[in-house]
Amino acid sequence: MDKLRRYLTGLRVSQLLVLLLCLVMLTVVLIFPIFSLFSKAFLNKSGDFVGFANYIKYFDTPALSTSIINTIDISLWSTLFSMILGFGYAFALTRTRIKGKAFFKYTALIPIFIPTLVHALGLVYLFGKQGILTRAGLFPFELYGRLGIIISETIYTFPQAFLMFYVALEFADGRLYEAAESMGASHARVLFRVTFPEIKYTIVSAFFVCFTLAFTDFGAPKVIGGSFNVLATDVYKQVAGQFNFNMGAVVGTLLLIPAVASFTVDRLVNSKNSGTISARATQLTIKASTGRDVFFFTLCSLVTGFFLVLIIALAIGGLTENYPYNLAFTLDNFSFNRSVGGMGAYTNSLKMALATAIFGTIFVFVYAYMIEKTAGFTLLRRFGKLLSVLPLALPGMVIGIAFIFFFNSKTNPLNFVYGTMAILVIANILHYFSVPFLTASGCLKKLDREYESVSDSMNVPRWKMFIRVSVPLSLPAILEISMYFFVNAMVTVSAVVFLYSANFKIAAIAITHMEEAGDFGQAAAMSLLILLMNVGVRIAYEAAVRLIKRRTNHQEVTV
Amino acid sequence: MNNSFLEIETITKTFGKQTALDNVSASINKGELVCVLGPSGCGKTTLLRIIAGLETADSGSIVIDGRDATFLPPSKRNFGIVFQSYALFPNMTVQGNILFGLRQKRGMTKAAMVEKAREALHLVDLFEHRNKYPRQLSGGMQQRTALARAIALSPAFLLLDEPLSALDAKVRAKLRRDIRSIQQDLGITTIMVTHDQEEALTMADRIIVMNNAVVEQIGTPCEVYDHPATPFVANFIGTMNTYTDAGNICAIRPENIEIADSTDHDTWAEIRSIEFKGALTRVHGVLPNSEDVCLDLPSDRVKDLNLMEGSTIHLSMPKDHLRKYAVAA
Ligand SMILES: Nc1ncnc2c1ncn2[C@@H]1O[C@H](COP(=O)(O)OP(=O)(O)OP(=O)(O)O)[C@@H](O)[C@H]1O
Ligand SMILES: [Mg+2]
Repeated sequence: MDKLRRYLTGLRVSQLLVLLLCLVMLTVVLIFPIFSLFSKAFLNKSGDFVGFANYIKYFDTPALSTSIINTIDISLWSTLFSMILGFGYAFALTRTRIKGKAFFKYTALIPIFIPTLVHALGLVYLFGKQGILTRAGLFPFELYGRLGIIISETIYTFPQAFLMFYVALEFADGRLYEAAESMGASHARVLFRVTFPEIKYTIVSAFFVCFTLAFTDFGAPKVIGGSFNVLATDVYKQVAGQFNFNMGAVVGTLLLIPAVASFTVDRLVNSKNSGTISARATQLTIKASTGRDVFFFTLCSLVTGFFLVLIIALAIGGLTENYPYNLAFTLDNFSFNRSVGGMGAYTNSLKMALATAIFGTIFVFVYAYMIEKTAGFTLLRRFGKLLSVLPLALPGMVIGIAFIFFFNSKTNPLNFVYGTMAILVIANILHYFSVPFLTASGCLKKLDREYESVSDSMNVPRWKMFIRVSVPLSLPAILEISMYFFVNAMVTVSAVVFLYSANFKIAAIAITHMEEAGDFGQAAAMSLLILLMNVGVRIAYEAAVRLIKRRTNHQEVTV
Repeated sequence: MNNSFLEIETITKTFGKQTALDNVSASINKGELVCVLGPSGCGKTTLLRIIAGLETADSGSIVIDGRDATFLPPSKRNFGIVFQSYALFPNMTVQGNILFGLRQKRGMTKAAMVEKAREALHLVDLFEHRNKYPRQLSGGMQQRTALARAIALSPAFLLLDEPLSALDAKVRAKLRRDIRSIQQDLGITTIMVTHDQEEALTMADRIIVMNNAVVEQIGTPCEVYDHPATPFVANFIGTMNTYTDAGNICAIRPENIEIADSTDHDTWAEIRSIEFKGALTRVHGVLPNSEDVCLDLPSDRVKDLNLMEGSTIHLSMPKDHLRKYAVAA
C-alpha cells in the first residue's frame, strides 16, 4: 500500500497520458499495419491460412524469383559506385585543398531534391533513344533495363554515401597521419592503413544504407527498368496490376531483408564502436599537393557537372516545344493534362508536404521530448525508443501495401482516412520518422536536464516550460526536421503510389503517368517545379538558421 | 525548544541495485544553513531531490514545517532551488528568468511581479544587468541570477546543489560570503550540497557529513572538526593523522601533535620530508610501525629545533585531542 502510494507520488499522470498517447499513435500506424502485411503473406486469396505456400510458389515461379537476383545485382553495383564516388567526393572536400568546396558540398545534394524517377527521366533525356548524347553517337548502349537502373540508383544513393563519409572524414586524428608520414608511408599505404581503418564503421553503414535504398527504390526502375524486373516494381505489379495482394505481401516482406540484415550488423558494429576519437586528437593539417588537388577537383567537377547536365536536360525538356524535334522556348508544358491531375497535382503535393512537415515535426518533437525528458516510465520509454528506429527498416513500398491492408479493411474504425490526404501524410510521417527523431532527441539531450526540475519547483506546468523554453532552444533542429519532412514528402513515390486517390493526385506520381503517356515535356516541367520548391525551401532553411545563429551570437558579442 | 523546520526521517532510496541513501535522518532548524557534505556519489544530490519532491524515497518521510510532505509534489513544497549548472533559460533575460516563475503565482499583479523581481535583483546586485541574457554574464553573475530566481518566489526554504563548484576559486570565495549574508538577511532555511569541506566549514551553521549513502555525523563545523564521530569524518574534514594502536584507530590533527623530549613521549618518528608553508611548516615522518604521520609546527620552532630529514623526533599525543575509534568489523 505504502509502496503503491510512493509509486503514484512520483508518477505524473498527465505526462504518462501524453507518453502513452504518443506510443499508441506510433504503434497503430507502425506495428498494426506491418502485422497485417505479414499475416497477408501467409493467407491465400480467400483468406485461409496457407503457411509458407505463397513463398514456395514465389520461389517456384522463375518470372518472379529472378527479380531477387536482379535486385541484388543492381543494388550491389550502384552501392559500389556510389560508395567509391561518395568517398572520393567527401575526401576531396575534407582532405584536399581544392577550391569551391562550399559549392561542391551543395551540388552534391541535388539528387535529394528530386524524385528518384526524375533521375531516370534525366538519363532518358541524355542517353535514351532520342537522348542528346545518344544522337550524338556518344552512348552506344541500351539504357533501359539494368544499366539505367544502376546509374539511377547510383545518383540516388550518392548523396547519402557522400554525407556519411563527409561526417566521418571531417573528424580526423592528425597524430595518426603525422606518425604515418614520419615513417615514410606512401599515399596508398596511408589510405589503407590509416584512413580506411579510421572510418571502417562508416564504410559498413554506408554500404547498408546505399544497398537498402537501391534495393527498395521504386521510382527509377519504374521509369527506366524496361523489362528488367526488380522487387519494388514486382510489388507494384502484383498489387496494382493483378490485385494479387498475397503475393504482393510476400514480395513486400522480401524487401525488408537488407534492412533487417543491416540492423543486425549495426548492433554488432555499434557495440564495439566506442571512443574512436580520443580527446587528444589533433587537427589534421592538409599538405599542399598539386597532383592530388587536380585529381580530386576533376572528380568533383565530373560528378557535379553530371548532376547539372541532368538538370539542364530536364530544363531543356521542360521549356521547349517538343524535344528533341522542336527546341523553341515555351511554357506550354506547365499546363499539365487534366488526366494526371493538372496543376492541382502540384498544389496537392505542396499541401501534403506542408501537412507532413507541420504535423510530422510536432509529433516527432513531442515524442522525442516525452522519451528524453520525462522521469520514470523506464520501460515505456525504452519501448518508445525501439519503435522510433523501426521505420528506418521500412521501405516506402512496404509501408504503402501495409497501409492498404490495414486501413482499407472494412472492420478498421480508422477506415475513414483511406483515400484522403490524411493517409498520405501519415504514411510520410511514418516513412521518414526515424531521422527526425534522432535529430530531435540529440538536440533535447543537449538541453540542461534541470530545466524540468526548475520549472517543477516554480510550479510552472510542463507544457508551458516545453513551449517557452524547450521549443525556442531547439528551433534550428525543429526547422531542420520540418525541412526534411517537406523535401521528402515532395519527392516520395514509393509509399504514396498505393495510397493516393483519384481525387487527390500528387506531383511525383503525376510525373510517372506523364512519362507513361509519353508527355516527356510535362514530366520534365513538373520535375522542375518540384526541384524549385525544394531548393527554395532549403535556401529558406539555411537563411533562417543563419539568422538564428546571428541573433544568439549578437547577444554574445555585446558582453 | 523545538524550532525544527524540516525533518528527514529514515529515508532510503535505491536505484536498481545501487543504494543512494540508506536510512538517512536529519533535522533542520528554521533559519539555519545546513551543508550536506560528502564525496562524489555518496547520495547528496539524491537527498536534495527527495527533499524537493523531484524524487520519491523508497521508504521514510519528509516533514516540512510540521506537515508531512512525503507525498507532496514539488510545486506544493514551496522551495527555491539552484543547480550546479544553474539551469538558466538562455532565451530569456535575467529579469525574464525571474519573471517566468513569478507569473505562475496566483493573484499577483504585473506591477507586484516586477517589484518582486526588482527586489530579488537588488539583493544579488544584478539590477543593472537585468536586461542581459545569461550568456552575456560571467559565471558568478549567472550563479547569482539563479539565486535571485530561486528567492524571488519567496520560498520557505532554499536548496542549493553545489552552487559554487563551477566557479574559479576567487569568485567562489566572494560568493560564499554573498550567499551566506543573503541567507542570513532573509533568515531563510537553506540546505546546501557540497563536496568541498572548506565551503562547508566556512558557511554552514551545521554540517551533515555523508559517505556511501549513510550519514556519518551531524554537527556544527567546530564539532565535526574537533570531534569527528567516525574515522571517515576525521579523514574527510581537514588533515588527520590516523594510525593503529592496541587494536584501535587513533586520529589526531597535525597541529595537535607536540614535540616531546626523549624521556616523556608517546611515540617517535623518523622525518622524511619538511614542507615550508609560511607561518607553519609541515613535517612528514614515519612511525615505528611504518605508518605515516605529519605534524604542523610554527616555522620558527622547526628552525630552533634544527629538524632535518632523517632525524628522529619524539612525539606526544595530547589526550584531549586524540580520538580513538574501534576498528570496524
Ligand atoms: N536517476 C538515477 N538512476 C540511477 N542511479 C542514480 C540516479 N541518481 C543517482 N544515482 C546513483 O546514486 C548514487 C548517489 O548519487 P548522487 O547524485 O546523489 O550523488 P552525489 O553525492 O550528489 O554525487 P556528486 O558529488 O557526484 O554529485 C550514485 O551512485 C549515482 O550513480
Ligand atoms: Mg550531486
